[in-house]
Amino acid sequence: MPEAPPESENLNPPRREAAPDVPRTRREQPLAIRLTHWLNVPLIALMAASGLQIFSAYPELGPRGALYRWYPIQGVRPPSWIRFGDWLAGARHWHFALAWFLVLNGAIYLAYFFWSGEWRRRLFIPRRDALNALRMSAYYTRLTRTPPPEDFYNGLQRLAYTTAIIAGIAMVLSGLAIYKPVQLHWLAMLFGGYDGARVVHFGGLCILAMFVASHLVLVAAHPREIIKMIDGGARAAIDKPS
Amino acid sequence: MPRSISRRSVVLGAAAASLAAGCDNRASAWFLKAMEHWNEHFQAALFSPHRLAPELPPGTETPMADFPTYYISDDLPEAPDNWTLKVGGLVKHQQVLTLDELKRMPRTAMRIQHHCVEGWSAVAAWAGVRVSDLARVAGVDPRVRYVEFRSFDAGYWSSWDLPSAFHPQTILAYEMDGQPLPPGHGAPLRLYSAVKLGYKMVKYLTEVNFLPNRTGGYWENQGYEWFAGV
Repeated sequence: MPEAPPESENLNPPRREAAPDVPRTRREQPLAIRLTHWLNVPLIALMAASGLQIFSAYPELGPRGALYRWYPIQGVRPPSWIRFGDWLAGARHWHFALAWFLVLNGAIYLAYFFWSGEWRRRLFIPRRDALNALRMSAYYTRLTRTPPPEDFYNGLQRLAYTTAIIAGIAMVLSGLAIYKPVQLHWLAMLFGGYDGARVVHFGGLCILAMFVASHLVLVAAHPREIIKMIDGGARAAIDKPS
Repeated sequence: MPRSISRRSVVLGAAAASLAAGCDNRASAWFLKAMEHWNEHFQAALFSPHRLAPELPPGTETPMADFPTYYISDDLPEAPDNWTLKVGGLVKHQQVLTLDELKRMPRTAMRIQHHCVEGWSAVAAWAGVRVSDLARVAGVDPRVRYVEFRSFDAGYWSSWDLPSAFHPQTILAYEMDGQPLPPGHGAPLRLYSAVKLGYKMVKYLTEVNFLPNRTGGYWENQGYEWFAGV
């Protein structure tokens, strides 16, 4: 079985209640992460598409009479094939309905992420990962010929996945601020007010879109990672001596 | 790897089922209705009758030419010469009020941000009579749960939950930016509020009815959400 780690001599997988000297093992992509990952796919796609339909009703950034000058494409609507929900009211219903499931999915992911300790091998920790991320970028842009050493993820992967998590949290908070700029006024102020929250919500979408685009290119280049996100990949010890 | 394949099919099956649910019209309509119901409770729970939208300093008003004017009539609705406001429904004292009578009632002024369902915001200063002050004069029956606002703009109307209608920043406005309410913004009298989206704030008012049932609204009956709080 490919799941068995090659160095393991046990025929039976170690159990939770096993003696402490038997290392606990976990698949590279545990079930909770795989499930929340794949649920994200339709949820984020539909949230983005219904969000763009809503945005099309006022494809401007900034308040009436004082549009933001730095936004170069004021008034440009996203193409209709990328929108979902038929019209403003329909898109709003989809957006506010699916938002609950996306938030729930994200909450389950983050709860598992921190409770299981998965964050240790996934989160971008600048002291550990910053140099590695720089060297990985140099390798991808062909400035260097050899990639930096890689444990579970390389620094650039950790940076990308952590950015996606932070962008996701910012999307939820700025979305709530746009939804309830009076009842959640303190939240709107955090983003510089209602129109600031719209900028953050739209900017977060752009960041997530860039993440998804590069994610798709990279997994297309490493299709084994797609299989791992489906079957979980190999089991390996997770308790490292620290 | 039979185990892996079964997992894969579970995951793909779940994704396909959720997509199919999105494609099936009856299922998606039911789902959206249920979620709208849930969201209405969420919005009502978030609403506080005492939380005020912040007053903005003078000079922050959106230039009048940049503040959109919406109406559903083909042409700018024009008030009849003998315009009055009728106050009815389950009230002790039905009222028929002229603009001068309304102006003699306690005056409430506020300079606040406007939120349109389309996504834009704007700022204006408004002055008028609180709906709660009007209710006190009319004597509202305890069975009343909703307030209906009707207009002479091709029958445009909307109905509100009582707590939002009685919010201290919900007024019948006869003044905008220090001027008599302009025709494009609902002259001679319009509903204005800090706690609802623009389409709930009926312009060109003719009637205020205090009712035990909700009566929908022009946009609400076409699919826009009814509560529409901000």
